[in-house]
Amino acid sequence: MTAATPITATPITSTPITAVPNASSTVQINRIYIKASPQAIWDAITKPEWTEKYGYGGRVDYDLRPGGRFRSMADEAMQQAGMPECVVDGEVIESDPPTRLVQTWRAAWTNDPPTRLTYDISAKANGVTCLTITHDLDGAPDTAAMVGGTVEGAGGGWAEVLSDLKTLLETGSSLSSLGVPGI
Amino acid sequence: MTDDDLIFKALADPTRRFLLDMLFKRDGRTLTELESELEMTRFGVMKHLKVLEEAGLVITQKSGREKLHFLNPVPIRLIHDRWIDKYTERRVTALADLKSELEGLS
Repeated sequence: MTAATPITATPITSTPITAVPNASSTVQINRIYIKASPQAIWDAITKPEWTEKYGYGGRVDYDLRPGGRFRSMADEAMQQAGMPECVVDGEVIESDPPTRLVQTWRAAWTNDPPTRLTYDISAKANGVTCLTITHDLDGAPDTAAMVGGTVEGAGGGWAEVLSDLKTLLETGSSLSSLGVPGI
Repeated sequence: MTDDDLIFKALADPTRRFLLDMLFKRDGRTLTELESELEMTRFGVMKHLKVLEEAGLVITQKSGREKLHFLNPVPIRLIHDRWIDKYTERRVTALADLKSELEGLS
């Protein structure tokens, strides 16, 4: 009875297909349109003199080569609030200025493993640039809650950081509601 | 229509808010999954998703043969920062606290 073999094989092949949406539910996507050049956005992500001006206000330290080190340092106010000196660390996987940066991203205040973060920057019409942050948070629930903005009193995560970045690049000053803890 | 108009229009519909809530609970869903929780034709759900996509509230990505839908919270954050933070955050927070307190008692 060889005819029975293909029938029993059918459910096995369907397993990976149903597994796809579950795996993808650990991905968070945040997209924003900013009236600024791709280079200005690239600089705002990778240069410490820019990163201290918006979002959580940490100064970044990037070695923008594959395998290069990434660190985001807490400012004095954050350290006084109990944060470690290095808040986030990681490794650069792919760097293609000013359009694409892929890196690992490990939050030092959690026991989560490193996550995978991708910045895609693309120029649109009329001087507008689209910035998309794709954050794969597989196995990192604490980091996911933090960057998703669902931790009480810990800011609005990527959405708030990007809103603040837009304000900074379009008006010259940021909302800076995240820089000072407790305010 | 401005970006704000597109967002407010997209949010001004209970089905579309329900779809956003579904994606908030679990992101990266297919049309088939989203459709299964709504009493609506596949075409109807597709039309709602298109409005959400045009407003930037939903982003789609291909994964193999499937198209996955992700919630983009940034436009709502922009509305929050533009319309709520600026004028009324303290009052809104007080009312939201009161609401959850009263609902917690029942």
